[in-house]
Amino acid sequence: MNQTKPNKEIYTISVLTTNKPGVLVRISLIFASRTYNIHSLVVSPVLDGRFSRMTIVAEGHPENLDQVIKHLNKLVDIIDTHQPKKSDSIEVELALFKLKYNPEKHPSLLQIIQHFKGKLLDLTDDSIVIQVSGKSSKIDACEKMLQPYDLIEVVRTGKVLMSRKTQNLTALSS
Amino acid sequence: MKKEMLNGAEALVKCLESHGVEYIFGHPGGAALPIFDALVDSPIKFILTRHEQGATHMADGYARSTGKVGVALVTSGPGATNTVTGLLTSHMDSVPIIVLSGQVISPMLGKNAFQEADITGITMSTVKHNYLVKDPNDIPRVIKESFLLANTKRPGPILIDLPKDVTSAPCEASLDAEVDLPGYNAEPLRPDKAGIAKMAELLAHAERPLILAGHGILISRAGEEIISLAEKLQAPVTNTLLGKGSFPETHPLSLGMLGMHGTAYANKALVRCDLIFSIGSRWDDRINGDNSRFCINAKKLHIDIDPSEINKIVKPDAYVIGDARTVLKELLPLIKSSDTKAWVKEVQGYKKKYPLDSKKKGGLKARNVIHQCYEIVKGQAIVTTDVGQHQMWAAQYFLTDKPHTWLSSGGSGTMGYGFPAAIGAQFGNPHERVIAIVGDGGFQMTLAELATVAIHKLPVKILIIDNKYLGMVRQWQELFFDDRLMGVDLEGNPDFIQLAKAYGIKGFRVRNNASVKKVLTEAMNYNEGPCLIHAEVMKEANVFPMIPAGQYADKMILKKPLTKMEKPTGST
Ligand SMILES: Cc1cc2nc3c(=O)[nH]c(=O)nc-3n(C[C@H](O)[C@H](O)[C@H](O)COP(=O)(O)OP(=O)(O)OC[C@H]3O[C@@H](n4cnc5c(N)ncnc54)[C@H](O)[C@@H]3O)c2cc1C
Ligand SMILES: Cc1ncc(C[n+]2csc(CCOP(=O)(O)OP(=O)(O)O)c2C)c(N)n1
Ligand SMILES: [Mg+2]
Repeated sequence: MNQTKPNKEIYTISVLTTNKPGVLVRISLIFASRTYNIHSLVVSPVLDGRFSRMTIVAEGHPENLDQVIKHLNKLVDIIDTHQPKKSDSIEVELALFKLKYNPEKHPSLLQIIQHFKGKLLDLTDDSIVIQVSGKSSKIDACEKMLQPYDLIEVVRTGKVLMSRKTQNLTALSS
Repeated sequence: MKKEMLNGAEALVKCLESHGVEYIFGHPGGAALPIFDALVDSPIKFILTRHEQGATHMADGYARSTGKVGVALVTSGPGATNTVTGLLTSHMDSVPIIVLSGQVISPMLGKNAFQEADITGITMSTVKHNYLVKDPNDIPRVIKESFLLANTKRPGPILIDLPKDVTSAPCEASLDAEVDLPGYNAEPLRPDKAGIAKMAELLAHAERPLILAGHGILISRAGEEIISLAEKLQAPVTNTLLGKGSFPETHPLSLGMLGMHGTAYANKALVRCDLIFSIGSRWDDRINGDNSRFCINAKKLHIDIDPSEINKIVKPDAYVIGDARTVLKELLPLIKSSDTKAWVKEVQGYKKKYPLDSKKKGGLKARNVIHQCYEIVKGQAIVTTDVGQHQMWAAQYFLTDKPHTWLSSGGSGTMGYGFPAAIGAQFGNPHERVIAIVGDGGFQMTLAELATVAIHKLPVKILIIDNKYLGMVRQWQELFFDDRLMGVDLEGNPDFIQLAKAYGIKGFRVRNNASVKKVLTEAMNYNEGPCLIHAEVMKEANVFPMIPAGQYADKMILKKPLTKMEKPTGST
């Protein structure tokens, strides 16, 4: 039993479920019991709120991925689970960065904001709040660039995804 | 005259009636009172158990032996938590039961109300699905969905938590509700033709095929198809513990159970086969202790209704997701009869060379008591077991020919299961002989149900294999821990005959080889009511063959080795 486990990887999983209490617990149990760690989870209502679309980013061992997906599909509340392909989905994340206001560093900070097409949301005499959106990798890069600017707090939405294909949800609405 | 409106509990009971429920096993309490009140006017028979765990195992035994859904009813809080072990037992072995639990009134939920337990939260990972009902008008739909979920696709337990205000309030909904399960497709799957063709091709090329018959065959009622398959292929068949009865163990092609305590010939055949065909078995680690070595040179075929079982343990060379019977029906016409004479002969050779030990010398052996019992009733019985050494001896020596006549807790190995399960089976099969083969340890976990069996005068035969030890654990301590025994001594057991007497139950005692046959014959034909047979057997016998946990079948031992054994690497 001394098999070395392959490295963990990060996966994005899109789930369509009925919108009922407890669904989230059932889903997170499946990740937890297969030692997957959920990095981010975005839930939004679909079709008058009777269904929800979740985008889950989770980290775990590749060998367990098949089981995670199959067990998600087994949940009575889940209608569809899939791993969106990068090539046919649009991916966006939004982040807010709060930094200490420092007049000396301000000009170079503005340059960074401009580069990442960010927005200045709030400015007081001691803090500054910036909004940046885009691919998660872009936000990672931005966060890194902001480190030297007395970063106080970061809030990220987690990844939201939409497939480029036209999906037919009308079958569900009947 | 205008019909009075039903309350939630009455609607619930009416729905249960319309689903053909005959019995509800359970125990009352405050939060469930409206449901009990509704039962007063119902033809459903309520069986009062002495513990909620017993109620769940009775529902389970009823379900396994009849194929119908078993139902249990309990109150909130401790009543509900007492069902968790039963739910796990049914969940691990894919048994359709429904547990109805009373709950505190909805406005008090989450406030540590008296006897509140978040039972839907607690049981989430031990059920196929569960519900917390918040609106009485949902009751008919929830019941209909629960019966559908419990007994379609891969069966499993359902828990329905019913707050008392919900069961007390009027239910205006039609009792004939529509199912609303967009995420669950109960329709049978069309089996994949390409997968079936590939299986047929691999089977045609196999020289040493072995069929692994699992519980899924029983669930899908594919008894006839599996016999046709084995005979057409002339392939030996081995079964899992839960697959007992899926293929007659007295059939010349049967090798009996394989695995950790399977027959030596089944395990030898496993090591030698060039193709293994699992039908409705999940390659449990009691069969496949070491996946890196498991049948590496054999082609592996797998039929299972649950996609998550495919590739979970074993990577098959061909598989079909679907109901075993449906798939076999499509596969059978493609099967060419093959020449396996040499292989069948080889396997018959193993049977002769490594038979199960049946020596009777020395003291009274548990396995001889069980074997005698089998011979006396000529195998004609529904047998339930508890968990431990006696369970393994029963699996080896009490051959099972007919489907749904072997009831044993496999996946969760729940001590305390055997006796209540027998009660449930007897309710479901009033004209069959039901024998509960239990250990002295496990029986004491649920013996409170002696009252239940006595009051209903059920002719259950309780065969207690009393070795005054938690024998299976003692065996592991002896073999792997230098015989350093700890926590396994049951010296000081009650006098089980006296105990039976206290409940008005007939008792029989077996102490030596000379009296076994006579006493057992009398007991097996005693039908006035329940009877208890106290078999005082040799204390220190071990179950063999044995494959140490975590090992492959070629590491099987037939007797205790002279040299010290390494601690097993497998979990259990
Ligand atoms: C002390 C002890 C010792 C044990 N030793 C052994 C041993 O030596 N050998 C042994 O075999 N077991 C042993 N067991 C039992 C073991 O732990 C497992 O419970 C057992 O092997 C599982 O058998 P199974 O896969 O046939 O049944 P299950 O676990 O019930 O699995 C049934 C499978 O069939 C599938 N299925 C369900 N319905 C259908 C359908 N309609 N069509 C197709 N497929 C379907 C399910 O999806 C599932 O994959 C032991 C247990 C205990 C407690
Ligand atoms: C509820 C529960 N607790 C503990 C165990 C672990 N266990 C497995 S077999 C066994 C011993 C069973 O003893 P007994 O009922 O006397 O049967 P025997 O092995 O002696 O035939 C134990 C403690 C279990 N399976 N179930
Ligand atoms: Mg014992």
